[in-house]
Amino acid sequence: MSTTISTVALGDDIAALPRARPAPPARRRPPLKLAALWPRVRGWLLAWPVPLAVLALWQLAASYQWIPAQILPAPLTVAATFVDLFNTGELQSNTLISLQRVLFGFLTGAVLGLALGVAMGLSPLVKDYLYPTFKAFAQVPSLGWLPLLMMVVGIDEALKIILIAKSTFVPITLNTYKGLQGVPSSYIEVAKVYGFNRWQMLRRVVLPAAFPPIWNGVRYGLTHSWLALVGVELLASSEGLGFLIVYGRQLYQLDVVLAAVVVVGAVGYALDKILALIEARLLRWRRDAF
Amino acid sequence: MSLNPVSRDWRGLVLPAVFIAVWALVTHAGWVNTKLIVPPEKVLVVAWDYIVHGDFIKALLASLTRDGAGFVAGSLAGIALGSLLGVSRWAERLIGPTFHTIKQISLFAWIPLLSIWLGYNDTSRIVFVAVSVFYPVTLATFEGVKSVTRVQIEVAQVYAFTRSQLFTRLILPAASPQIITGLNLGLVYAWLATIGAEFLLPAYGDVGLGDTVIRGRAAFNVELVIFGMVLIGTVGALLNQLATRLEARALRWRGDR
Repeated sequence: MSTTISTVALGDDIAALPRARPAPPARRRPPLKLAALWPRVRGWLLAWPVPLAVLALWQLAASYQWIPAQILPAPLTVAATFVDLFNTGELQSNTLISLQRVLFGFLTGAVLGLALGVAMGLSPLVKDYLYPTFKAFAQVPSLGWLPLLMMVVGIDEALKIILIAKSTFVPITLNTYKGLQGVPSSYIEVAKVYGFNRWQMLRRVVLPAAFPPIWNGVRYGLTHSWLALVGVELLASSEGLGFLIVYGRQLYQLDVVLAAVVVVGAVGYALDKILALIEARLLRWRRDAF
Repeated sequence: MSLNPVSRDWRGLVLPAVFIAVWALVTHAGWVNTKLIVPPEKVLVVAWDYIVHGDFIKALLASLTRDGAGFVAGSLAGIALGSLLGVSRWAERLIGPTFHTIKQISLFAWIPLLSIWLGYNDTSRIVFVAVSVFYPVTLATFEGVKSVTRVQIEVAQVYAFTRSQLFTRLILPAASPQIITGLNLGLVYAWLATIGAEFLLPAYGDVGLGDTVIRGRAAFNVELVIFGMVLIGTVGALLNQLATRLEARALRWRGDR
Protein backbone atom coordinates (compact mmCIF):
# COMPACT_ATOMS: atom_id res chain seq x y z
CA MET A 1 0.00 0.00 0.00
CA SER A 2 2.80 2.33 0.79
CA THR A 3 3.99 2.29 -2.77
CA THR A 4 1.16 4.28 -4.20
CA ILE A 5 0.77 6.66 -1.32
CA SER A 6 4.31 7.80 -1.57
CA THR A 7 4.34 8.07 -5.32
CA VAL A 8 1.06 9.90 -5.38
CA ALA A 9 2.24 12.41 -2.88
CA LEU A 10 5.54 12.79 -4.58
CA GLY A 11 5.67 13.56 -8.23
CA ASP A 12 9.27 13.40 -9.34
CA ASP A 13 8.90 16.75 -11.00
CA ILE A 14 8.30 18.61 -7.75
CA ALA A 15 10.96 16.68 -5.95
CA ALA A 16 13.85 19.03 -6.29
CA LEU A 17 12.44 22.39 -7.19
CA PRO A 18 13.02 25.15 -4.71
CA ARG A 19 9.63 25.69 -3.22
CA ALA A 20 10.23 28.99 -1.55
CA ARG A 21 9.61 32.19 -3.39
CA PRO A 22 10.17 35.72 -2.16
CA ALA A 23 7.01 36.63 -0.33
CA PRO A 24 5.17 39.68 -1.61
CA PRO A 25 6.39 42.52 0.60
CA ALA A 26 2.90 43.61 1.57
CA ARG A 27 2.16 40.29 3.27
CA ARG A 28 5.44 39.88 5.02
CA ARG A 29 4.62 42.00 8.03
CA PRO A 30 0.90 42.43 8.37
CA PRO A 31 0.04 45.34 10.63
CA LEU A 32 -1.11 44.06 13.98
CA LYS A 33 -4.73 45.03 13.76
CA LEU A 34 -7.78 43.35 15.14
CA ALA A 35 -9.25 43.16 11.66
CA ALA A 36 -6.27 41.12 10.47
CA LEU A 37 -6.61 38.70 13.34
CA TRP A 38 -10.31 38.23 12.85
CA PRO A 39 -10.24 35.42 10.24
CA ARG A 40 -8.09 33.30 12.50
CA VAL A 41 -10.19 33.94 15.57
CA ARG A 42 -13.33 33.25 13.56
CA GLY A 43 -11.87 30.01 12.23
CA TRP A 44 -11.03 28.96 15.76
CA LEU A 45 -14.45 29.88 17.10
CA LEU A 46 -16.32 28.16 14.30
CA ALA A 47 -14.46 24.91 14.84
CA TRP A 48 -16.26 24.34 18.12
CA PRO A 49 -20.06 24.39 17.61
CA VAL A 50 -20.29 21.08 15.73
CA PRO A 51 -18.19 18.92 18.07
CA LEU A 52 -19.75 20.57 21.12
CA ALA A 53 -23.24 19.94 19.78
CA VAL A 54 -22.35 16.32 19.07
CA LEU A 55 -20.91 15.92 22.54
CA ALA A 56 -23.96 17.52 24.13
CA LEU A 57 -26.30 15.27 22.19
CA TRP A 58 -24.18 12.27 23.08
CA GLN A 59 -24.23 13.26 26.76
CA LEU A 60 -28.00 13.71 26.62
CA ALA A 61 -28.45 10.37 24.89
CA ALA A 62 -26.43 8.73 27.63
CA SER A 63 -28.11 10.43 30.58
CA TYR A 64 -31.60 9.70 29.28
CA GLN A 65 -30.39 6.19 28.46
CA TRP A 66 -31.43 6.29 24.85
CA ILE A 67 -28.31 4.27 24.22
CA PRO A 68 -27.03 1.74 26.76
CA ALA A 69 -23.73 2.74 28.36
CA GLN A 70 -22.22 -0.54 27.18
CA ILE A 71 -22.65 0.56 23.59
CA LEU A 72 -21.72 4.20 24.05
CA PRO A 73 -20.67 5.57 27.42
CA ALA A 74 -21.31 9.25 28.10
CA PRO A 75 -18.51 11.68 27.22
CA LEU A 76 -18.27 12.70 30.89
CA THR A 77 -17.78 9.05 31.85
CA VAL A 78 -15.04 8.77 29.26
CA ALA A 79 -13.41 11.91 30.64
CA ALA A 80 -13.63 10.54 34.19
CA THR A 81 -12.11 7.24 33.07
CA PHE A 82 -9.40 9.14 31.30
CA VAL A 83 -8.53 10.99 34.50
CA ASP A 84 -8.68 7.71 36.45
CA LEU A 85 -6.35 5.93 34.06
CA PHE A 86 -4.06 8.91 34.17
CA ASN A 87 -3.98 9.02 37.97
CA THR A 88 -3.24 5.31 38.31
CA GLY A 89 -0.45 5.78 35.77
CA GLU A 90 -1.84 3.08 33.49
CA LEU A 91 -2.28 5.47 30.62
CA GLN A 92 1.26 6.81 30.83
CA SER A 93 2.92 3.42 31.22
CA ASN A 94 1.04 1.92 28.26
CA THR A 95 1.68 4.98 26.12
CA LEU A 96 5.35 4.82 27.01
CA ILE A 97 5.57 1.17 26.00
CA SER A 98 3.86 1.87 22.70
CA LEU A 99 6.15 4.83 22.05
CA GLN A 100 9.21 2.73 22.82
CA ARG A 101 8.14 0.09 20.34
CA VAL A 102 7.48 2.65 17.67
CA LEU A 103 10.81 4.32 18.33
CA PHE A 104 12.83 1.11 18.02
CA GLY A 105 10.88 -0.18 15.07
CA PHE A 106 10.92 3.16 13.34
CA LEU A 107 14.65 3.68 13.81
CA THR A 108 15.46 0.19 12.57
CA GLY A 109 13.22 0.59 9.55
CA ALA A 110 14.44 4.12 8.83
CA VAL A 111 18.14 3.18 8.91
CA LEU A 112 17.59 0.16 6.67
CA GLY A 113 15.28 2.09 4.38
CA LEU A 114 17.66 5.02 3.99
CA ALA A 115 20.54 2.64 3.33
CA LEU A 116 18.70 0.68 0.67
CA GLY A 117 17.14 3.80 -0.83
CA VAL A 118 20.50 5.55 -1.10
CA ALA A 119 22.14 2.45 -2.53
CA MET A 120 19.46 2.04 -5.18
CA GLY A 121 19.25 5.74 -5.89
CA LEU A 122 22.97 6.18 -6.45
CA SER A 123 23.87 2.91 -8.13
CA PRO A 124 21.88 1.65 -11.11
CA LEU A 125 23.58 -1.70 -10.65
CA VAL A 126 22.23 -2.15 -7.13
CA LYS A 127 18.85 -0.94 -8.31
CA ASP A 128 18.69 -3.50 -11.12
CA TYR A 129 19.38 -6.34 -8.75
CA LEU A 130 17.32 -5.28 -5.76
CA TYR A 131 14.41 -3.15 -6.92
CA PRO A 132 12.16 -5.96 -8.27
CA THR A 133 12.59 -7.94 -5.06
CA PHE A 134 11.90 -4.84 -3.00
CA LYS A 135 8.72 -4.16 -4.95
CA ALA A 136 7.49 -7.70 -4.46
CA PHE A 137 8.30 -7.43 -0.75
CA ALA A 138 6.41 -4.16 -0.49
CA GLN A 139 3.31 -5.56 -2.18
CA VAL A 140 2.19 -7.57 0.83
CA PRO A 141 0.74 -5.15 3.38
CA SER A 142 2.42 -5.17 6.80
CA LEU A 143 -0.54 -6.90 8.37
CA GLY A 144 -0.26 -9.67 5.80
CA TRP A 145 3.16 -10.56 7.18
CA LEU A 146 1.80 -10.87 10.68
CA PRO A 147 0.59 -14.49 10.72
CA LEU A 148 3.81 -15.83 9.24
CA LEU A 149 5.93 -13.70 11.56
CA MET A 150 3.89 -14.87 14.53
CA MET A 151 4.77 -18.45 13.67
CA VAL A 152 8.43 -17.76 13.06
CA VAL A 153 9.35 -15.30 15.83
CA GLY A 154 6.48 -15.77 18.27
CA ILE A 155 4.41 -12.95 19.70
CA ASP A 156 7.09 -11.16 21.71
CA GLU A 157 8.64 -7.75 21.30
CA ALA A 158 10.57 -8.94 18.25
CA LEU A 159 7.33 -9.38 16.33
CA LYS A 160 6.24 -5.81 17.01
CA ILE A 161 9.60 -4.30 16.22
CA ILE A 162 9.93 -6.25 12.96
CA LEU A 163 6.45 -5.36 11.81
CA ILE A 164 6.84 -1.67 12.66
CA ALA A 165 10.26 -1.64 11.02
CA LYS A 166 8.78 -3.18 7.88
CA SER A 167 6.03 -0.60 7.62
CA THR A 168 8.60 2.19 8.08
CA PHE A 169 11.12 0.63 5.74
CA VAL A 170 8.94 0.54 2.62
CA PRO A 171 7.93 4.21 2.28
CA ILE A 172 11.37 5.46 3.33
CA THR A 173 13.20 3.24 0.84
CA LEU A 174 10.85 4.19 -1.93
CA ASN A 175 10.94 7.92 -1.32
CA THR A 176 14.70 8.00 -0.81
CA TYR A 177 15.22 6.13 -4.05
CA LYS A 178 12.78 8.29 -5.99
CA GLY A 179 14.13 11.44 -4.42
CA LEU A 180 17.68 10.67 -5.47
CA GLN A 181 16.52 9.67 -8.94
CA GLY A 182 14.59 12.90 -9.26
CA VAL A 183 17.55 15.22 -8.81
CA PRO A 184 17.57 17.15 -12.11
CA SER A 185 20.52 16.29 -14.28
CA SER A 186 21.08 20.00 -14.90
CA TYR A 187 22.10 20.43 -11.25
CA ILE A 188 24.63 17.66 -11.64
CA GLU A 189 25.96 19.15 -14.85
CA VAL A 190 26.47 22.51 -13.23
CA ALA A 191 28.29 20.83 -10.36
CA LYS A 192 30.49 19.02 -12.87
CA VAL A 193 31.31 22.34 -14.52
CA TYR A 194 32.45 23.58 -11.14
CA GLY A 195 34.67 20.53 -10.88
CA PHE A 196 33.00 19.07 -7.78
CA ASN A 197 34.39 15.73 -6.73
CA ARG A 198 32.08 12.84 -5.88
CA TRP A 199 31.81 13.68 -2.21
CA GLN A 200 31.12 17.36 -2.84
CA MET A 201 28.55 16.40 -5.43
CA LEU A 202 26.77 14.20 -2.94
CA ARG A 203 27.07 16.51 0.00
CA ARG A 204 26.40 19.84 -1.70
CA VAL A 205 24.08 18.96 -4.58
CA VAL A 206 22.43 15.57 -4.53
CA LEU A 207 21.48 15.27 -0.87
CA PRO A 208 20.11 18.81 -0.45
CA ALA A 209 18.09 18.45 -3.65
CA ALA A 210 16.73 15.07 -2.63
CA PHE A 211 16.08 16.02 0.97
CA PRO A 212 12.40 17.09 0.73
CA PRO A 213 11.17 13.83 -0.81
CA ILE A 214 13.34 11.80 1.56
CA TRP A 215 11.91 13.66 4.51
CA ASN A 216 8.44 13.06 3.11
CA GLY A 217 9.27 9.38 3.19
CA VAL A 218 10.38 9.67 6.80
CA ARG A 219 7.05 11.28 7.69
CA TYR A 220 5.09 8.59 5.89
CA GLY A 221 7.24 6.02 7.61
CA LEU A 222 6.39 7.39 11.03
CA THR A 223 2.68 7.58 10.25
CA HIS A 224 2.75 4.01 9.00
CA SER A 225 4.71 2.77 11.97
CA TRP A 226 2.09 4.20 14.32
CA LEU A 227 -0.66 2.55 12.28
CA ALA A 228 1.19 -0.77 12.33
CA LEU A 229 1.82 -0.50 16.06
CA VAL A 230 -1.87 -0.18 16.84
CA GLY A 231 -2.66 -3.06 14.50
CA VAL A 232 -0.09 -5.41 16.00
CA GLU A 233 -0.93 -4.43 19.57
CA LEU A 234 -4.57 -5.21 18.91
CA LEU A 235 -3.69 -8.69 17.70
CA ALA A 236 -0.90 -9.75 19.99
CA SER A 237 0.18 -7.86 23.07
CA SER A 238 -0.19 -7.70 26.81
CA GLU A 239 0.69 -4.04 27.26
CA GLY A 240 0.57 -0.84 25.28
CA LEU A 241 -2.21 1.38 24.02
CA GLY A 242 -3.54 -1.24 21.60
CA PHE A 243 -3.71 -3.71 24.45
CA LEU A 244 -5.62 -1.17 26.57
CA ILE A 245 -8.17 -0.95 23.77
CA VAL A 246 -8.54 -4.73 23.50
CA TYR A 247 -8.72 -5.06 27.26
CA GLY A 248 -11.49 -2.48 27.52
CA ARG A 249 -13.30 -4.17 24.66
CA GLN A 250 -13.18 -7.57 26.34
CA LEU A 251 -14.57 -6.22 29.58
CA TYR A 252 -17.18 -4.23 27.65
CA GLN A 253 -15.74 -1.05 29.16
CA LEU A 254 -16.07 1.27 26.22
CA ASP A 255 -15.00 4.23 28.31
CA VAL A 256 -11.54 2.67 28.55
CA VAL A 257 -11.56 1.93 24.82
CA LEU A 258 -12.52 5.49 23.93
CA ALA A 259 -10.00 7.03 26.32
CA ALA A 260 -7.25 4.93 24.73
CA VAL A 261 -8.48 5.78 21.24
CA VAL A 262 -8.20 9.49 22.06
CA VAL A 263 -4.60 8.99 23.19
CA VAL A 264 -3.83 6.99 20.04
CA GLY A 265 -5.12 9.85 17.92
CA ALA A 266 -3.31 12.50 19.93
CA VAL A 267 0.04 10.70 19.84
CA GLY A 268 -0.24 10.05 16.12
CA TYR A 269 -0.95 13.72 15.56
CA ALA A 270 1.91 14.83 17.82
CA LEU A 271 4.42 12.54 16.10
CA ASP A 272 3.60 14.00 12.70
CA LYS A 273 3.68 17.57 14.05
CA ILE A 274 7.14 17.01 15.53
CA LEU A 275 8.49 15.90 12.18
CA ALA A 276 6.83 18.86 10.47
CA LEU A 277 8.54 21.21 12.92
CA ILE A 278 11.92 19.57 12.34
CA GLU A 279 11.36 19.88 8.62
CA ALA A 280 10.59 23.58 8.92
CA ARG A 281 13.83 24.05 10.88
CA LEU A 282 15.95 21.98 8.54
CA LEU A 283 14.61 23.69 5.45
CA ARG A 284 15.21 27.21 6.72
CA TRP A 285 18.16 27.55 4.39
CA ARG A 286 15.78 27.48 1.48
CA ARG A 287 14.14 30.68 2.53
CA ASP A 288 17.42 32.28 3.48
CA ALA A 289 18.66 31.73 -0.03
CA PHE A 290 16.35 34.39 -1.38
CA MET B 1 24.48 1.62 -19.77
CA SER B 2 25.24 -0.53 -22.73
CA LEU B 3 22.69 -3.20 -21.95
CA ASN B 4 19.16 -2.73 -23.14
CA PRO B 5 16.29 -3.03 -20.66
CA VAL B 6 15.13 -6.43 -21.87
CA SER B 7 18.42 -8.20 -21.26
CA ARG B 8 18.70 -6.49 -17.89
CA ASP B 9 15.43 -7.94 -16.61
CA TRP B 10 16.94 -11.19 -15.40
CA ARG B 11 19.10 -9.37 -12.88
CA GLY B 12 16.12 -8.58 -10.73
CA LEU B 13 15.44 -12.30 -10.53
CA VAL B 14 18.86 -13.17 -9.12
CA LEU B 15 18.00 -12.38 -5.54
CA PRO B 16 14.68 -14.27 -5.42
CA ALA B 17 16.32 -17.23 -7.19
CA VAL B 18 19.17 -17.31 -4.68
CA PHE B 19 16.65 -17.01 -1.87
CA ILE B 20 14.60 -19.96 -3.11
CA ALA B 21 17.72 -22.03 -3.71
CA VAL B 22 18.95 -21.39 -0.15
CA TRP B 23 15.47 -22.09 1.17
CA ALA B 24 15.34 -25.41 -0.68
CA LEU B 25 18.88 -26.28 0.38
CA VAL B 26 18.47 -25.68 4.10
CA THR B 27 15.14 -27.51 4.26
CA HIS B 28 16.35 -30.53 2.31
CA ALA B 29 19.64 -30.79 4.14
CA GLY B 30 17.64 -30.76 7.36
CA TRP B 31 19.50 -27.79 8.85
CA VAL B 32 16.31 -26.15 10.07
CA ASN B 33 13.12 -27.30 11.68
CA THR B 34 11.10 -28.26 8.60
CA LYS B 35 7.86 -27.95 10.54
CA LEU B 36 8.48 -24.24 10.89
CA ILE B 37 10.39 -23.59 7.70
CA VAL B 38 8.72 -25.77 5.15
CA PRO B 39 10.35 -26.79 1.85
CA PRO B 40 9.32 -24.56 -1.06
CA GLU B 41 7.79 -27.32 -3.16
CA LYS B 42 5.43 -28.19 -0.32
CA VAL B 43 3.99 -24.69 -0.57
CA LEU B 44 3.23 -25.38 -4.21
CA VAL B 45 1.56 -28.68 -3.35
CA VAL B 46 -0.62 -27.09 -0.68
CA ALA B 47 -1.39 -24.17 -2.97
CA TRP B 48 -2.48 -26.50 -5.77
CA ASP B 49 -4.59 -28.52 -3.37
CA TYR B 50 -6.21 -25.39 -2.00
CA ILE B 51 -6.99 -24.07 -5.46
CA VAL B 52 -8.44 -27.35 -6.71
CA HIS B 53 -10.17 -28.76 -3.64
CA GLY B 54 -10.32 -25.93 -1.13
CA ASP B 55 -12.46 -22.83 -1.21
CA PHE B 56 -9.95 -20.66 -3.02
CA ILE B 57 -12.46 -19.12 -5.43
CA LYS B 58 -14.98 -18.63 -2.67
CA ALA B 59 -12.43 -16.97 -0.40
CA LEU B 60 -11.15 -14.73 -3.17
CA LEU B 61 -14.65 -13.69 -4.17
CA ALA B 62 -15.68 -13.09 -0.56
CA SER B 63 -12.68 -10.84 0.04
CA LEU B 64 -13.15 -8.96 -3.21
CA THR B 65 -16.85 -8.47 -2.48
CA ARG B 66 -16.05 -6.92 0.90
CA ASP B 67 -13.35 -4.84 -0.67
CA GLY B 68 -15.69 -3.63 -3.41
CA ALA B 69 -18.68 -2.94 -1.18
CA GLY B 70 -16.59 -0.99 1.31
CA PHE B 71 -14.84 0.86 -1.47
CA VAL B 72 -18.08 1.98 -3.13
CA ALA B 73 -19.70 3.04 0.15
CA GLY B 74 -16.59 4.86 1.36
CA SER B 75 -15.98 6.63 -1.95
CA LEU B 76 -19.56 7.85 -2.27
CA ALA B 77 -19.52 9.20 1.25
CA GLY B 78 -16.07 10.71 0.68
CA ILE B 79 -17.07 12.43 -2.56
CA ALA B 80 -20.21 13.76 -0.89
CA LEU B 81 -18.44 15.20 2.15
CA GLY B 82 -15.46 16.40 0.14
CA SER B 83 -17.73 18.27 -2.28
CA LEU B 84 -19.72 19.77 0.56
CA LEU B 85 -16.59 21.00 2.30
CA GLY B 86 -15.21 22.33 -0.98
CA VAL B 87 -18.34 24.08 -2.19
CA SER B 88 -19.56 25.60 1.05
CA ARG B 89 -17.26 27.79 3.03
CA TRP B 90 -19.53 27.46 6.05
CA ALA B 91 -19.42 23.68 5.92
CA GLU B 92 -15.65 23.87 5.71
CA ARG B 93 -15.44 26.18 8.70
CA LEU B 94 -17.90 24.22 10.80
CA ILE B 95 -17.11 20.60 9.93
CA GLY B 96 -13.57 20.80 8.57
CA PRO B 97 -11.73 21.00 11.90
CA THR B 98 -13.74 18.11 13.34
CA PHE B 99 -13.03 16.00 10.26
CA HIS B 100 -9.32 16.70 10.44
CA THR B 101 -9.26 15.81 14.13
CA ILE B 102 -11.12 12.52 13.75
CA LYS B 103 -8.89 11.63 10.81
CA GLN B 104 -5.94 11.49 13.22
CA ILE B 105 -7.30 8.40 14.93
CA SER B 106 -5.38 5.37 13.77
CA LEU B 107 -7.56 3.27 11.50
CA PHE B 108 -7.28 0.04 13.47
CA ALA B 109 -8.44 1.75 16.64
CA TRP B 110 -11.93 1.75 15.12
CA ILE B 111 -12.06 -2.04 15.09
CA PRO B 112 -12.97 -2.68 18.75
CA LEU B 113 -15.62 0.03 18.59
CA LEU B 114 -17.07 -1.38 15.38
CA SER B 115 -17.10 -4.85 16.87
CA ILE B 116 -19.22 -3.62 19.79
CA TRP B 117 -21.53 -1.45 17.72
CA LEU B 118 -22.08 -3.83 14.82
CA GLY B 119 -20.78 -7.19 16.01
CA TYR B 120 -18.36 -9.57 14.37
CA ASN B 121 -19.91 -9.84 10.95
CA ASP B 122 -19.67 -8.71 7.38
CA THR B 123 -21.36 -5.39 8.07
CA SER B 124 -18.67 -4.27 10.46
CA ARG B 125 -15.96 -5.43 8.08
CA ILE B 126 -17.47 -3.52 5.18
CA VAL B 127 -17.92 -0.43 7.35
CA PHE B 128 -14.28 -0.65 8.34
CA VAL B 129 -13.19 -0.82 4.70
CA ALA B 130 -15.50 2.09 3.92
CA VAL B 131 -13.95 4.20 6.71
CA SER B 132 -10.47 3.53 5.37
CA VAL B 133 -11.52 4.66 1.89
CA PHE B 134 -13.52 7.61 3.16
CA TYR B 135 -10.57 9.72 4.39
CA PRO B 136 -8.37 9.83 1.30
CA VAL B 137 -11.35 10.29 -1.01
CA THR B 138 -12.79 13.11 1.09
CA LEU B 139 -9.46 14.93 1.20
CA ALA B 140 -8.81 14.49 -2.51
CA THR B 141 -12.32 15.61 -3.46
CA PHE B 142 -12.05 18.63 -1.22
CA GLU B 143 -8.77 19.66 -2.84
CA GLY B 144 -10.18 19.06 -6.29
CA VAL B 145 -13.29 21.13 -5.71
CA LYS B 146 -11.19 23.91 -4.17
CA SER B 147 -9.08 24.04 -7.31
CA VAL B 148 -12.05 25.25 -9.36
CA THR B 149 -11.29 28.87 -10.11
CA ARG B 150 -13.52 31.87 -9.66
CA VAL B 151 -13.24 32.58 -13.38
CA GLN B 152 -14.67 29.18 -14.24
CA ILE B 153 -17.60 29.73 -11.91
CA GLU B 154 -18.25 33.16 -13.39
CA VAL B 155 -18.34 31.74 -16.90
CA ALA B 156 -20.83 29.14 -15.73
CA GLN B 157 -22.94 31.89 -14.23
CA VAL B 158 -22.88 33.80 -17.50
CA TYR B 159 -24.27 30.68 -19.14
CA ALA B 160 -26.94 30.64 -16.44
CA PHE B 161 -26.11 27.19 -15.13
CA THR B 162 -28.46 25.95 -12.47
CA ARG B 163 -26.95 24.77 -9.21
CA SER B 164 -27.08 21.11 -10.21
CA GLN B 165 -25.63 21.91 -13.63
CA LEU B 166 -22.88 23.86 -11.98
CA PHE B 167 -22.07 20.84 -9.89
CA THR B 168 -22.30 18.09 -12.49
CA ARG B 169 -21.00 20.01 -15.50
CA LEU B 170 -18.28 22.15 -13.96
CA ILE B 171 -17.26 21.25 -10.43
CA LEU B 172 -17.16 17.48 -10.65
CA PRO B 173 -15.34 17.34 -14.02
CA ALA B 174 -12.88 20.01 -12.89
CA ALA B 175 -12.21 18.14 -9.68
CA SER B 176 -12.06 14.72 -11.34
CA PRO B 177 -8.26 14.41 -11.57
CA GLN B 178 -7.89 14.83 -7.82
CA ILE B 179 -10.95 12.69 -7.10
CA ILE B 180 -9.60 9.89 -9.25
CA THR B 181 -6.23 10.07 -7.55
CA GLY B 182 -8.06 9.87 -4.22
CA LEU B 183 -10.07 6.88 -5.43
CA ASN B 184 -6.87 5.21 -6.53
CA LEU B 185 -5.39 5.71 -3.10
CA GLY B 186 -8.66 4.56 -1.58
CA LEU B 187 -8.48 1.32 -3.51
CA VAL B 188 -5.06 0.60 -2.03
CA TYR B 189 -6.32 1.37 1.47
CA ALA B 190 -9.42 -0.73 0.89
CA TRP B 191 -7.41 -3.87 0.24
CA LEU B 192 -5.26 -3.32 3.31
CA ALA B 193 -8.41 -2.75 5.35
CA THR B 194 -10.10 -5.84 3.92
CA ILE B 195 -7.24 -8.03 5.09
CA GLY B 196 -7.06 -6.16 8.40
CA ALA B 197 -10.79 -6.59 8.94
CA GLU B 198 -10.59 -10.30 8.21
CA PHE B 199 -7.76 -10.64 10.71
CA LEU B 200 -9.18 -8.46 13.44
CA LEU B 201 -12.91 -9.03 13.08
CA PRO B 202 -12.92 -12.80 12.68
CA ALA B 203 -16.24 -14.54 12.31
CA TYR B 204 -16.66 -18.27 12.47
CA GLY B 205 -17.45 -19.99 9.21
CA ASP B 206 -16.62 -16.90 7.19
CA VAL B 207 -14.43 -17.30 4.15
CA GLY B 208 -11.93 -14.80 2.82
CA LEU B 209 -8.24 -14.67 2.06
CA GLY B 210 -7.51 -13.16 5.47
CA ASP B 211 -9.65 -15.79 7.19
CA THR B 212 -7.78 -18.49 5.31
CA VAL B 213 -4.43 -17.20 6.52
CA ILE B 214 -5.64 -16.86 10.10
CA ARG B 215 -7.04 -20.37 10.05
CA GLY B 216 -3.81 -21.61 8.51
CA ARG B 217 -1.93 -20.09 11.41
CA ALA B 218 -4.24 -21.64 13.97
CA ALA B 219 -3.71 -25.06 12.38
CA PHE B 220 0.02 -24.37 12.06
CA ASN B 221 -0.22 -24.82 8.32
CA VAL B 222 2.81 -22.76 7.32
CA GLU B 223 2.39 -23.66 3.65
CA LEU B 224 -1.11 -22.24 3.55
CA VAL B 225 -0.03 -19.07 5.36
CA ILE B 226 2.78 -18.45 2.87
CA PHE B 227 0.50 -19.09 -0.07
CA GLY B 228 -2.12 -16.80 1.45
CA MET B 229 0.45 -14.03 1.80
CA VAL B 230 1.50 -14.40 -1.81
CA LEU B 231 -2.15 -14.23 -2.85
CA ILE B 232 -2.80 -11.13 -0.77
CA GLY B 233 0.21 -9.44 -2.32
CA THR B 234 -0.71 -10.47 -5.85
CA VAL B 235 -4.32 -9.33 -5.58
CA GLY B 236 -3.15 -6.03 -4.10
CA ALA B 237 -0.68 -5.53 -6.94
CA LEU B 238 -3.31 -6.37 -9.56
CA LEU B 239 -5.83 -3.95 -8.03
CA ASN B 240 -3.12 -1.33 -8.03
CA GLN B 241 -2.35 -1.86 -11.70
CA LEU B 242 -6.00 -1.83 -12.58
CA ALA B 243 -6.49 1.45 -10.74
CA THR B 244 -3.52 3.07 -12.48
CA ARG B 245 -4.79 1.95 -15.88
CA LEU B 246 -8.29 3.21 -15.16
CA GLU B 247 -6.92 6.50 -13.92
CA ALA B 248 -4.96 7.03 -17.12
CA ARG B 249 -8.02 6.10 -19.17
CA ALA B 250 -10.43 8.26 -17.24
CA LEU B 251 -8.21 11.29 -17.54
CA ARG B 252 -7.50 10.87 -21.23
CA TRP B 253 -10.00 13.56 -22.14
CA ARG B 254 -7.68 16.12 -20.64
CA GLY B 255 -5.05 15.38 -23.27
CA ASP B 256 -1.49 16.56 -22.96
CA ARG B 257 -1.69 20.08 -21.82
